[in-house]
Parts: sequence; structure tokens; C-alpha cells
Amino acid sequence: MAIFLTAQSKVIVQGMTGSEGMKHTARMLASGTQIVGGVNPRKAGTSVDFDIDGQARSIPVFGTVAEAMSATGADVSVLFVPPPFTKSAVMEAVDAGMPLAVIITEGVPVKDTAEFFTYARSKGTRLIGPNCPGLITPGQSNVGITPATITGPGKIGLVSKSGTLTYQMLFELRDVGFSTAVGIGGDPVVGTTHIDCLEAFQNDPDTAGIVMIGEIGGDAEERAAAYIASHVTKPVVGYVAGFEAPEGKTMGHAGAIVSGSAGTAQAKKEALEAAGVKVGKTPSETAQLMRDVLRS
Amino acid sequence: MDLFEYQARDMFEKHGVPVLPGIVASTPAQAKAAAESLGGGTVVVKAQVKTGGRGKAGGVKVVHNPADAEAAAAQILGMDIKGHTVHKVMIAAGAKIAQEFYFSVLLDRSERQYLAMCSVEGGVEIEVLAVERPEALAKVAIDPLVGVDAAKAAEIVATAGFPADLAGPVADVIEKLWTVYRDEDATLVEVNPLVLTDSGEIIALDGKVTLDENAGFRHDDHEALEDKDAADPLEAKAKALGLNYVKLDGAVGIIGNGAGLVMSTLDVVAYAGESFGGVKPANFLDIGGGASAEVMANGLDVILNDSQVRSVFVNVFGGITSCIEVANGIVGALETLGAAATKPLVVRLDGNSVEEGRAILAAANHPLVTIVETMDGAAAKAAELAAA
Repeated sequence: MAIFLTAQSKVIVQGMTGSEGMKHTARMLASGTQIVGGVNPRKAGTSVDFDIDGQARSIPVFGTVAEAMSATGADVSVLFVPPPFTKSAVMEAVDAGMPLAVIITEGVPVKDTAEFFTYARSKGTRLIGPNCPGLITPGQSNVGITPATITGPGKIGLVSKSGTLTYQMLFELRDVGFSTAVGIGGDPVVGTTHIDCLEAFQNDPDTAGIVMIGEIGGDAEERAAAYIASHVTKPVVGYVAGFEAPEGKTMGHAGAIVSGSAGTAQAKKEALEAAGVKVGKTPSETAQLMRDVLRS
Repeated sequence: MDLFEYQARDMFEKHGVPVLPGIVASTPAQAKAAAESLGGGTVVVKAQVKTGGRGKAGGVKVVHNPADAEAAAAQILGMDIKGHTVHKVMIAAGAKIAQEFYFSVLLDRSERQYLAMCSVEGGVEIEVLAVERPEALAKVAIDPLVGVDAAKAAEIVATAGFPADLAGPVADVIEKLWTVYRDEDATLVEVNPLVLTDSGEIIALDGKVTLDENAGFRHDDHEALEDKDAADPLEAKAKALGLNYVKLDGAVGIIGNGAGLVMSTLDVVAYAGESFGGVKPANFLDIGGGASAEVMANGLDVILNDSQVRSVFVNVFGGITSCIEVANGIVGALETLGAAATKPLVVRLDGNSVEEGRAILAAANHPLVTIVETMDGAAAKAAELAAA
């Protein structure tokens, strides 16, 4: 099973012909992802050749998302599109009826995200990101920029705001392995939340335990804690980054800011603990907590 | 990015929001000249600081002639208000206030839309009002795809309970404030107080605006609004090098990749530092994904110039970033610095090309560099070295 992404997922890349798109399409192909096409109106009808471990792969380029979907049956789009063009690219995917769009781009204006998220929700497209590493179902499919070789398949579900902390945790718990890991992104507004992932992991028979990684800013972790208390029966362990972050400073991620007394790591940790979630002091300690609850 | 009141005032004016004349001044003489150009009568001298409570701190004075404006500015300039030094004052025309109201529109992260808040009770701290008398604060959700049209503005004033004679004029101002929010890519536009004057006008008497820095690419004029005076010199240097850096007060310099991992590194160092007399991180520095050797070297350059730094912790998990680049950056930076490099470096590498990266560092065998395999172990070593 896994959530949102399986070996059967057929993936197109919006922005495949750009330098980032090319680089990451090659990496996704190398990790086994079914990439079925790219989109670029100026290069429609051409194809892009990749050399994947000595094997030649030719990926067709379509003029629109709709054309790519009807030609290939794609059900996932991943976007490597610069910020000024991200909104129209997402709108196009939504209008084409794409079930899942994964937005890797960092630096999208939050007004654009609020607009395309509202639009996507009204049309039934799930968005992941923006400003995220994407998601990986190890051994099956990898959509985004996660290094696939650092971990393997298993029974842990992972949801995280941060890309590198996702990698860190995938690596720490490579001995147990993961059903799916979702990097939901560090922007103030993201398409898929901790709660969406917790709900999906709770319903996924292949997931035995959940690691939830949060960070300062907003109240997504507090809301997730309330959701866990009332809806999640599988064991959840947590990690929260940003205890040392000063008030009023943006810590790298556009959404990572403590405003007055709101959005602190301490408040998030306390909310999670009150919901029965064990919270680690370091990523390694958090990984060990997960091993312990799975063993008990 | 938060704006000063005078910048918000100018932005309001540009979008047709009614404001009073106001002139910014950096010296008492400029303040006097500003008061004269406003007619020489009653003006308000207002400290320009990006924090609340300036009135209570003595940062706002009503004066009745230019000489007194000069004296008031001399008092207020240089004042410390909650840790913010006053570098500028605004000389604003006086107004006879009949009533004070509150209005704001902001990004509602949790609901992933916008929220308008409005009250007929203005002038007080809105956080206090929200807690003590929540029924007096109207909250109206705004659909990002629709915004505040005439109907939404009417809904906001009706929910807030404005009397019939004020509803129309206030709704007009709210629509204009929405255009500020929308057209300037703001995440907050707040007016406290929005006032009714004795002559019956609705005026934005104060303004707070936060702009989305991610939208800078479509607002060429926003960069000029940055407060370059306030930036820490190391932060300014890092920014010029394109690095994501925040200065903190501790002794362990931090370099990592990815915002989450760097935030985590600060916490893990502080946690390890508890065993070494409370050693803390000296900074946040994210060299980002796919960092080159040059970026790594620039980062080290900024951190080694921080006189508070006693040890440095380089913590990289190579996803896109190759540990080869990180290792070459460290070796290159230490070569460039030569004898000027005196602070010990603890390096933890994992992920993309980790063996090659560690091999490069091992081959260089620099006396200042220690390689530790785990993040927790490396944090403890860096804290120990900073405490030594």
C-alpha cells in the first residue's frame, strides 16, 4: 500500500526541460519512478534522452498537462517551475484534473499559494508543497528530490516540514524502513498538512508507526496533536525543531518564524506530549523512540 | 518584512487610503522643518520602531509649534523602546478624533485563506481585546480567489456593528486597505486606530504592514523599504554573499544544509551544551541544497569573523548537496585563511558521497578539523571545544 504514491503511479514533470528539472528527472528515473512525460509548450513533440546507469531512456515532452495525461494516463505531476510561473503551472494541472501535484519550488509568493490551494481544493486536486522535497515510497516510487538510496521500504510513515530532517530521519531509521515519507514543505501555506498525512497513515495497512517532524511557526503541530488524540491509534513519535530560534526572525523556511509567543517549539512539544506523543530531543533520540515503540 | 509606520503611511496613500500628512525625520532639525512645512501648528512626533507600546514608552508626543517638535524629536531619537533604537521619527499632522476603530487583514495560516478583523473599539491593544472581549472583535474569513469586494466589506462592517451612517464610509476604506494587501503582496495590513475625525472623515491614523519577501520579484520598489541600519554587520555580510544567516548570542558557530536540519542543529548543540556550562549556538546558517565549495567557504568566512565564536560545527546531510563539495569548501577556506584560522571545526557528514567527503578531510589532515560520525556526538564535541 503506502500513501499517495505507489509503484503504479505515473508521473509527469512540469519544468522537466529546465536544468533542475533535468537533473531531478534523471534521479527519479534512477530510483525507479515511472516518469511518463514532461510538459513544455515550446518543446511539445520532442523528447528528452536520459542515461540512467548506462541505460538510455527517452521521455516525451507534451505541450500541456491535459495532453500529457490523455497520452500517458499520468496521475501525478511534479513541478520544477520557477516561482513567477508556479501558480499558472499548478492551475493548469488542476484544470486538467490531475489527482496529485507535488510542488518542489521554493520562493512562491504566499498569495499565489493561497489562491492555487483554494482552487485545487475546490476541484479535488491534492497538492503537496510548495517548498518541499516531495514524497517517497521506498522501493516503489520517488517524486521530488529525496535521495532514494539512503533508506529502504518498511513500516514507518514519516511526515515532515523539512527536507533535510526528512533525509536525516530516513537515514536514521533505515534499519526499519518506511512505507511512505512525505515532505509537506516549510511555507506558511502548504497543500497537504500533517493531519492529512496522519489520517492517510492511520488508514494505511502497511504503516505500523508514524514519525512526525515539525518546526516553529504557525499551529500545524498543535492541530496535529489534537487530531492524534482523537483519531490516531497507531503509535506516533515526534520531533520539533527551533527551540533556539529567536522571536521575530525567519529561520530559513518562509513559515519558520516565532511571532510573539505564538508558534514556539516548546508549545508544539507540549501539545504533542499532551496528546500522548513521545517527543525526542534530537533526531537520533526520536529515531530510537520509534524503534522502542515498534518493539513493545 | 515589517514596514515602519511612515512607510505604511506612504503605501496607504499610494492606494488611496485616507491618511494624514506625515514626514519622516532623522534629526531634530529635520523634525522642525517638517513641522513648519505642515503649517507650523499642532503635530504629533512619533518614534518609528517596529514594535508596539511606543506610546507608553514616551515615544509619541503631541506638540504645538515647530520649536517644540524639534525638542520632542531630540528626546525621542536615540531612545530605546523594547530593545529597538529609534533612528527616525514621523512628524504627523494633528487630528481631532471623535472615535477610534480597529481593522486588519492577514494571512490565516491554519485555514489557508485570509482573515479580516474589525472592531468599533479601537486604540487598545488588539491582543487584549481579543482575550477580554472577543465578542467586540469581528472576524470574517476571506476567500483568496474572491478577496474583499463591496459585499465582503459590507459584511465586515455589519459584523463589527458599525452604525448605519458610518458603515458606508468605513467599508470604502476597508476596500482600499484590501487593495494594499492584495497589490503589494502583504501578509498583514493593520490599522489601529482607524479614526472618525470631528469633521466626519475616516482616516488611517497608524499603519502596520508586513510584506511577503517571496513576492519581491514582482515588486521592484520593495527592496528600498528594507531597514539596512538595523541589520547586524555579520547578517549584512552574509546577505550580500547570498547566505541565509541569523546572528545569535552563543559560542558555537553553526553551518548546515536545509532550514530544518540547521534549526535542529542549534537545538542539539544547546542540549549538548547543558553539560558544558550552558554553551549555546552562535548563529543559524543554512547553505541550502546543492551547495558548492564556494558557498561553503563563504559561510565559514562569515562565521569565523564572529568574535563570539569559539568553535564551529559543520553539519551536513547530503541530499542534493555532495559531501565532496562540502569537504572541498572546508579545505579551501582553511587554505585561504591560513594562519588567520584559529578556531576548531567539528564536521559531521552523511548522505551523498559521504565516504569521498570524509576521505578529502582525512587527507588534508588539518589540525583544526575533527570529524565526528554522528550529529549528537559532533554537537557534544563542538560544545566541549567552545567551553574549553
